[in-house]
Amino acid sequence: MDNLTLQKTANEVRKGVVTSVHAAKAGHPGGSLSAADMFTYLYFEEMNIDPKNPKKEDRDRFVLSKGHTAPGLYSTLANRGYFPVEDLVTLRKLGSYLQGHPCYQHVPGVDMSSGSLGQGISAAVGMALAAKLDNKSFRTYTLLGDGEIQEGQVWEAAMFAGARELDNLVVIVDNNGLQIDGKIEDVCSPYPIDKKFEAFNFNVINIDGHDFDQIRAAFDNAKACKGKPTAIIMKTTKGKGVSFMENNAGWHGKAPNDEEYATAMADLAAIDEKLKEGN
Amino acid sequence: MADKIATRDSYGNALVACAEDFPNLVVLDADLAGATKTGTFKKAYPERHIDCGIAECNMTGIAAGLATCGKIPFISSFAMFAAGRNFEQVRNSIGYPNLNVKIGATHAGITVGEDGATHQCNEDIALMRTIPGMTVIVPSDDVEARAAVRAALEMEGPVYLRFGRAAVPVFNTNDDYKFEIGKGVLLREGTDVTIVATGICVDSALQAAEMLAADGVSAEVINIHTIKPLDEEMVIASAKKTGKVVTVEEHSIIGGLGSAVCDALCAKNPVPVKKLGMQDIFGESGSASALLEKYKLDGKGVYADIKEFLGK
Repeated sequence: MDNLTLQKTANEVRKGVVTSVHAAKAGHPGGSLSAADMFTYLYFEEMNIDPKNPKKEDRDRFVLSKGHTAPGLYSTLANRGYFPVEDLVTLRKLGSYLQGHPCYQHVPGVDMSSGSLGQGISAAVGMALAAKLDNKSFRTYTLLGDGEIQEGQVWEAAMFAGARELDNLVVIVDNNGLQIDGKIEDVCSPYPIDKKFEAFNFNVINIDGHDFDQIRAAFDNAKACKGKPTAIIMKTTKGKGVSFMENNAGWHGKAPNDEEYATAMADLAAIDEKLKEGN
Repeated sequence: MADKIATRDSYGNALVACAEDFPNLVVLDADLAGATKTGTFKKAYPERHIDCGIAECNMTGIAAGLATCGKIPFISSFAMFAAGRNFEQVRNSIGYPNLNVKIGATHAGITVGEDGATHQCNEDIALMRTIPGMTVIVPSDDVEARAAVRAALEMEGPVYLRFGRAAVPVFNTNDDYKFEIGKGVLLREGTDVTIVATGICVDSALQAAEMLAADGVSAEVINIHTIKPLDEEMVIASAKKTGKVVTVEEHSIIGGLGSAVCDALCAKNPVPVKKLGMQDIFGESGSASALLEKYKLDGKGVYADIKEFLGK
């Protein structure tokens, strides 16, 4: 998939995020939008998966450790064909399989329940370990928030992955710089993130998380790296694509009202137009 | 009853005994393989034993990930960490996705002994039985512990197994002994009072029943090795017969066997119940036997408390 197609797809993913969170009147748009390009690249380009056979044994695995950004994952899975895009508006509603946080048992394509921060990465490490134990070639990816890495369990998992040389594991940190209570450096700074993962024996790559060339190069680098897990630290903009949500911690876990929804969708439509011109 | 074996030893031996029958079994430990006795398994199957270091929460998540890939992980640590420190990881990473992970928790209860209150977990049964879908098993001796490990591997879904540090008598030696998850074992029939016990306290209950018999009191003794799902049928039937129930456990009287039995009786056949166990207090350092005596969980202590309960 070329970059332009990836950009267009990511914009569709963003529309699904905004639409589902608006319909739910709750949810986490900010970190879903910051990671939309990464979600898109993973599911449309990087991972060996089959939406028609979500449990395919040799598939690559993905664990959304920052589980509150389920709207981003769900929108990506829907756009990839795991379930109907129309179902996104049932997010968080009683009776819907699209639970507020990813649910392993009920959502096609979800490889692990998550949402309690710090736990997803451990499960991902377990999957990578399973592949090593059985000499299987599938790879495991996990996406963490930059606030999430304040959880101690993240570093337990990182220590294990580094010590075990799990080179089939890619840990991605969405460094959008904001958590619920404000800037991550004001709340409890996790910086320098790259040096920390380096110290845990990771192959560390810093990228712009909205640049598909850099994302592609990072994953190629990860695949080529032997004997170390890879950490991709991606700088992103929280709320990316929606003007009034960008770089605003207030949109971490809040739904747009009808007026804001219209503005948000207009912002995303304008991106579509721009991408058309670029075509 | 000659032999005494700690159920943690039974656990390690059972893992080895099951290894060939369950090729997907892997054993995880958190730097306690020597103490939890998974070291026995490690020695026999080094490539299937994963030491996660002193990081129980991560070990639990790793097990969850392994289980999604078809492995049957047994995670192991002291009950304090396996259930206590780990509660939320067990709930969210194993319970909620209903993964096929088994938790082998050793050093439960006060018979941890000399290490004292920080390591004496009297709350694990309470914690684990609140998790939907979790099976909770507390074996009473070597025979039962080994059978429980195999039964846990044979069933699909999360299981918490509670083992002890101290050597305890082996009494499930009848030829017709059969272990079935969720089924109580009627060890002694009686008419005056029902003693429902679990784990190492089953032996104390049997001793107490013997002493009561000498006083002319006929006590029925039920071994509840599976706290969840509880064999309500057996407990209620016995309560209907005797009209009085005593529960005995090496655990807090809040949330453990006593509470599970009360839940069942309250709903279906209310009778007076006396809960013996740790009476909402922390333990302390001492030998296992001295602690059981002090907290009245040995045969004599259980006997004395039942006499008082019966007003005799």
